Amino acid sequence: MAKTIEEINEKIRKKKACVFTAEEIITYVEEKGSKHAAEEVDVVTTGTFGPMCSSGAFLNFGHSAPRMKIQKAWLNNVPAYGGLAACDVYIGATAIPEDDPANKIYPGRFLYGGGHVIEDLIAGKKVVLRATSYGTDCYPRRELKTTVTLQNLNQAFLVNPRNAYQNYNVAVNLSNRVIYTYLGVLQPNMANAGYSSAGQLSPLLNDPYLRTTGIGTRIFLGGAQGYVFWEGTQHNPTAERGKNGVPVEGAGTLAVTGNMKAMNPRYVRGVSMAGYGASMAVGVGIPIPILDEEMLSFVAVKDEDIFASVVDYSGVYPKRESGIVARVSYRELKSGKIIINGKEVISAGLSSYPMALEIATALRDWIRGGDFFLSGKVADLPDVTSGQTFKPLNCQ
Amino acid sequence: MAKNYSKNVMLHYPRLLTEQPVISNLIKMYDLTINISRARIGQDEEGTMVIEISGLKKNVGEGLNYLKEIGVTFKPISKVVRRIDSRCTHCGACTAVCPAGALVIEDRILMEVQFIEEKCIACSLCIPACPYRAMEMHE
Repeated sequence: MAKTIEEINEKIRKKKACVFTAEEIITYVEEKGSKHAAEEVDVVTTGTFGPMCSSGAFLNFGHSAPRMKIQKAWLNNVPAYGGLAACDVYIGATAIPEDDPANKIYPGRFLYGGGHVIEDLIAGKKVVLRATSYGTDCYPRRELKTTVTLQNLNQAFLVNPRNAYQNYNVAVNLSNRVIYTYLGVLQPNMANAGYSSAGQLSPLLNDPYLRTTGIGTRIFLGGAQGYVFWEGTQHNPTAERGKNGVPVEGAGTLAVTGNMKAMNPRYVRGVSMAGYGASMAVGVGIPIPILDEEMLSFVAVKDEDIFASVVDYSGVYPKRESGIVARVSYRELKSGKIIINGKEVISAGLSSYPMALEIATALRDWIRGGDFFLSGKVADLPDVTSGQTFKPLNCQ
Repeated sequence: MAKNYSKNVMLHYPRLLTEQPVISNLIKMYDLTINISRARIGQDEEGTMVIEISGLKKNVGEGLNYLKEIGVTFKPISKVVRRIDSRCTHCGACTAVCPAGALVIEDRILMEVQFIEEKCIACSLCIPACPYRAMEMHE
């Protein structure tokens, strides 16, 4: 019998909701059968934790005396975007200080960037704000330097234009020199492979057609309750799918937001990718309401049923050519070794499975304890019928 | 004779000693077994070497004293590379680069990364490979 979000929320209110993580549900369905499990289970929780470069935060500092229309701003020497109202800025996760040598000393270390600023703010640390402007009649001040803390900001909210990528490439290096990528350090001649997905725990791999996840969906974001506010950038619902409907390459994405003041620095971490840049790892967890047997069949997906495309990051990827080296399952990737064309290749992740499980478990316990209610979606995201693709940029 | 004692140390060679047969002397004079896991010593340059010394406890002590006397400083490997557990997220990126099997995921269900300090050869490859800056080197 089908359930509604309202019926599930009523059970959550009574602390009687039946909730499992996307890992636990696999054995539950195997033991009880899908018909029984679909009736019993109300919600399945997912989780993911990995570098998500398209992340950042809007901050409002309040007005200085005399007032200043901040034009350029730096937080702990990392530039923030000031092309907004007087004391609003946006700090992006991949921003680095102007005096960072970047890859001039190859491979660069990128020890501190925008993601680290956001982590420090959430950890309650003092952050140095420096700003300059040109001065106006109503905003005469031209420069300032002070320290700020998260607590003293008027607003601080993450606005991440692209998180929770539904599947992703597995990177290998077919060249004869070491390369440094956002999927890790890749040794020559395909000695190792880097991947980044929580597989069977990953949010959108458990809702492959975005049936229950959409605009307005309440989620776990950085240890707090956040929301999906739009389709993510590069959202590509028409990506190639396997027979089970699960995409076999990067597909759907989500734009998410949440209050930094309620977040936990354990789930929002600055990241330094050698030779690549600074970024931020974000913990995201999405509850999937088990409305019927079809939703249950989606969340019962296992690592061995989810495949990813292996791509050469020394040739095909940087040149934006098409072509894959192989397809491998997350079960193989998580074993630490994959076989490609008869060769054994070491596989290692950048996305943390233990953290993904911790997030799915935390979200499960919030729902079981009556502390988190499902919101349902107020509008659909573009889906597989939309015809929407991921277009390239053509330039000379 | 039972060789019942062993120690992993990182040696630091001053420039003047890099052409001396220090390891050979340790073996011959103190009846020690030396296993070299990493060495970076050039002519007219300072150098470092990571070795496992094994033998009778007394001989190992005397061998280390000999190193001190001739000016080679050393420290235990377990103090050279450290993991800051609060920063480690168990992503596993380090397991692809560790040549010594010191950073490994043994349980492929839980997927947690173990740092087995006794196996560490202080090669330092894990340090730039860790995106969360959880690995630190104290040379």
